[in-house]
Amino acid sequence: TPVAAETFGLGRVALPEEIAAWDKDVSPDGTGLPVGSGDVLTGEEVFADQCAVCHGDFAEGVGNWPKLAGGSGTLAHDDPLKTVGSYWPYLSTTWDYVNRSMPFGNAQSLQPDEVYAIVAYILYSNDLVDEDFVLSNETFTDVVLPNHDGFIQDDRIETEHSKWVGEPCMENCKEDVKVTMRAMVLDVTPDEGDDDAAS
Amino acid sequence: MTEETTGKSRRAFLKGAALTGVSLAAGQASAATPDPLITEVQPWASGLGDGVDETPYGLPIQYEGDVVRRNVEWLTADTISSINFTPIHALDGTITPQGCAFERHHSGAIDLKKEDYRLMINGMVDRPLVFTYADLERFPRENHVYFCECAANTGMEWAGAQLNGAQFTHGMIHNMEYTGVPLRTLLEEAGYDTAGKWVYVEGADASSNGRSIPMEKALDDVLVAFKANGEALRKEHGYPVRLVVPGWEGNMWVKWIRRIEVSDAPVESREETSKYTDTLEDGTSRKWTWEMDAKSVVTSPSPQSPITHGKGPLVISGLAWSGRGAITRVDVSKDGGKTWETARLAKPGEKMALSRFYLDTNWDGEEMMLQSRAMDETGYVQPTKAQLREVRGLNSIYHNNCIQTWLVRSNGEAENVEVS
Repeated sequence: TPVAAETFGLGRVALPEEIAAWDKDVSPDGTGLPVGSGDVLTGEEVFADQCAVCHGDFAEGVGNWPKLAGGSGTLAHDDPLKTVGSYWPYLSTTWDYVNRSMPFGNAQSLQPDEVYAIVAYILYSNDLVDEDFVLSNETFTDVVLPNHDGFIQDDRIETEHSKWVGEPCMENCKEDVKVTMRAMVLDVTPDEGDDDAAS
Repeated sequence: MTEETTGKSRRAFLKGAALTGVSLAAGQASAATPDPLITEVQPWASGLGDGVDETPYGLPIQYEGDVVRRNVEWLTADTISSINFTPIHALDGTITPQGCAFERHHSGAIDLKKEDYRLMINGMVDRPLVFTYADLERFPRENHVYFCECAANTGMEWAGAQLNGAQFTHGMIHNMEYTGVPLRTLLEEAGYDTAGKWVYVEGADASSNGRSIPMEKALDDVLVAFKANGEALRKEHGYPVRLVVPGWEGNMWVKWIRRIEVSDAPVESREETSKYTDTLEDGTSRKWTWEMDAKSVVTSPSPQSPITHGKGPLVISGLAWSGRGAITRVDVSKDGGKTWETARLAKPGEKMALSRFYLDTNWDGEEMMLQSRAMDETGYVQPTKAQLREVRGLNSIYHNNCIQTWLVRSNGEAENVEVS
């Protein structure tokens, strides 16, 4: 039921072509996926051409660029590796993000079948499918990522706010205070002289 | 009270002060020789300054050249999908000058002129609409001051004291007066379906930065803003139109906003799954941690703003803010949290906006471990890093609102430290 409010009569009605051009988001239930398909081996080729320079031949990442594969089972480690395989909850996000925002610097240049192929290759790189796997709009929602159930809704009100409310300590709050860690030891802060534009 | 009695009581007070050793005029030294800056005529007191046509749009004077945004190269793979930092150590009051207000882009700061700008509203609406920039200026406007804090502000400090300066530890924040149209007004113009529980908003840039926002918030206080601090948005802050999402993490303040989609479910986009989710110690992660909790930091003295004037009167100054309402109180400790004094708020706290606090004190030259602790109108008290770690572990990345400690040495220099 549309909300009945007085309107200003501003703007104009969006045309179907315009909505189709901009509304490309894909939801976890597959809503928004275009018709198409791509297999792992095609994806390997497209990935090599379009993605590997930053993300590595095996989606393992180059230098400081994001790793898309690996890290399985590391989320509770000291230094978790968060990738599509180890962390992302929904495959829809991978399709949607690659389609809309990759390659970095040349976004929205991929055809739907290329995106299906790249996503199939990312699944393969994460050891989640075999090399003969074909991803299509019809098989898409059959894929469930490993960390699908790894997320909870914000629970800070219960777990934090309820504890940290009230009149705080003002005097004799601790016996002793010691410095336990110093930023100067790491010495990773930029030197202000170097990037001071006006000096 | 007559003038005469006022004068008497003032004299009586001064006399009493001298007897009890309270320092009013007592600390003031006298110069050995006359100051040539006073005794000699200076060029600016004799010659001429710049004409009024010299600077149609001015920048700060050259001597303020250190009050600039700074980048930390090693934080990100490149400078395009990256962050820089507001020089909060050098600012005062609460309004952030736009020219040095931090930037966070995912595919760079794009150049989008008003003539090329389009905003679409589609999805569960009676009439999907396209607005031009000129259309937006014809809706009734509101003005509000709000802080925009990156979810990752202070994120590098989870594991320990890393970066040496308030600009770097707390400078992913700015606070501006926005002018814009309530998102509610635009949703009503399109005739949103009341069964639509979410809006998905995205930018015109390549990253799109799409985020899902619950309809309740969208109808409450979200603004579609086109002016900040009186003028058009800066290019890097979303020119010509951005979303303003009071109290919520900066990522949701979508810049160069081009589309708003009403839907019955969240999109679970990259920016709310891979990023802006907060991993807990057991490996599960919180999602949709939208609000920025109460937080504060002493901006001066701080590592980039050492004490250079020696003992005596010292202004301890800082910022406090909360995404859940107004700041009601800030306490300051000089001894690492053993004892606290309540600071003075420069003015009453405003909802989801920066508050400036001061503690006017007398420094004896001894080492200090300076901390500030904010309280908001919900009664929430800013926690220590230990308290946060106890609940979350070390790998949350985002939402670090812990109490910050500066170790101020007897020479006036300050350092970012953690204390027991």
